[in-house]
Amino acid sequence: MALALLPAVFAASFAMAQAGADRAGADKRRSGYQDMGVALQKMQDDDTANPGMLFVQLGQQLWAKPAGANNKACADCHSLADMKGVAARYPAMSKDGDKPIDLEGRIRLCRTVNQQAEPLATESRELLSLAAFVANQSRGLPITPPADPRLAPFREQGAAIYERRQGQLNLSCAICHDDNAGKKLAGVTIPEAHPTGYPLYRLEWQALGSLKRRLRNCLIGIRAEAYPYDAVEYVALEIYLMDRARGMVFESPGVRP
Amino acid sequence: MTQVLINAPKTARKGEVIELKALILHVMETGFRPGTNGRIIPRNIIERFTASWNGAEILRMDLSPAIAANPFVSFFAVATESGKITFRWTGDEGFVVEESVAIDVA
Amino acid sequence: MPGTEEGTTTRRTFIAGAALVSVLPLAPARATPEAMAAAIKEVVGDNAIREGRVTLDLPPLIENGNAVPLTVSVDSPMSEADHIKAIHVFNEKNPQPHVFDARLGPRNGKAVVATRIKLGDSQKIVAIAETSKGEFFSASADVIVTLAACLEDLT
Repeated sequence: MALALLPAVFAASFAMAQAGADRAGADKRRSGYQDMGVALQKMQDDDTANPGMLFVQLGQQLWAKPAGANNKACADCHSLADMKGVAARYPAMSKDGDKPIDLEGRIRLCRTVNQQAEPLATESRELLSLAAFVANQSRGLPITPPADPRLAPFREQGAAIYERRQGQLNLSCAICHDDNAGKKLAGVTIPEAHPTGYPLYRLEWQALGSLKRRLRNCLIGIRAEAYPYDAVEYVALEIYLMDRARGMVFESPGVRP
Repeated sequence: MTQVLINAPKTARKGEVIELKALILHVMETGFRPGTNGRIIPRNIIERFTASWNGAEILRMDLSPAIAANPFVSFFAVATESGKITFRWTGDEGFVVEESVAIDVA
Repeated sequence: MPGTEEGTTTRRTFIAGAALVSVLPLAPARATPEAMAAAIKEVVGDNAIREGRVTLDLPPLIENGNAVPLTVSVDSPMSEADHIKAIHVFNEKNPQPHVFDARLGPRNGKAVVATRIKLGDSQKIVAIAETSKGEFFSASADVIVTLAACLEDLT
């Protein structure tokens, strides 16, 4: 059933927010949004046309649904207002752990530890929808990674992976997304790899997907062996990429080709 | 849980031409693609989309496997009277989803 | 061991080959310009098809063929006496020539329908509008579909 509670208007539209950012300084960084044609930009901007919003709506339903031994819903502990800005600052250090986690990791942890419910599988529709609903609360806000010194070594690890050549094609992330960004690869503009819209609806997937899935795609694309799903390397890369995109407008759910 | 998003004005002037938009979660599996095991994934599509205004059909679309996953349709309607606009999707594997929105016409 | 060396080379060659094959579109069956013409004939019969009144709006360069926004607009008063009763869309290279058939009438006010379609390859798209007087008007568009640059494994 269609809920009427959806944020119907993209209040801080990408264009408006971006215009503000442009006035603020000569920021030359480009979101993948700006590299798409007008038709796909419109698809992202219109909440009834953006297929990612179907998952945001599902996430909204799951948010209110009790689960697990404690029979608690996300909404029983968290106010929606508290979720504003959360996705724009993840990954972060887990509360008690010594490792950083991304938004999906945070939701999975909440699910098993706080709700005492069965774990949500990585890239499952439930997990992605919850992440999309939380992420959507940060739409239009600037990306603001936390100033937590414990993140520094992981950010450095992410930067090193970004610069390192790997795979049969012997490419690094930087070769495509720094040195050749803006040029064409198979007819599509190579983006600058700013994770501004995740989870996002990729037409290639015909589904919503996480940044981790996109990173796996890239690794497979350069014929490198993808890290296992729970590898810290992904989170390290995510930390580095979010830092690199600091201040850019968060767009989730983005639409990309 | 089938997800549907509908965009329709809540009010309209009598005789006004309004835009209606509908989006639904559906794989629209073509029946032409092989799966990881090499075998063709069976077709699973929405075959028909209809819209009615207080029970009177105002649009009927027969869809093919060439319609993109998570089908989106937009079209127009003349606001005739207050009541409800009903959207209905039917397809393979007994798929039936119906969703209505209320509209006030003055 | 020389054997291992040779085996590795063979496997590399195979992987390179497999990578090439994986970017080719899989096409178990295909519509053809002839199949599209036949499908159009089924709708139109022996009536003449005239150019004009129909506008077919598609992006000039398609970044991904999985979801291509398409709008068909037909110039019509949409009155009881003179309206568009159907819009048909066809393609010539997907596995089937049919895309959609929309039935509409005076209650629509405007003869405009938009949706998103899949296009497996660069090809010609044809939209045909049928008027309440039994006339047929058409428009066509040639679209260029680019292949996605980075594919993922299906596992």
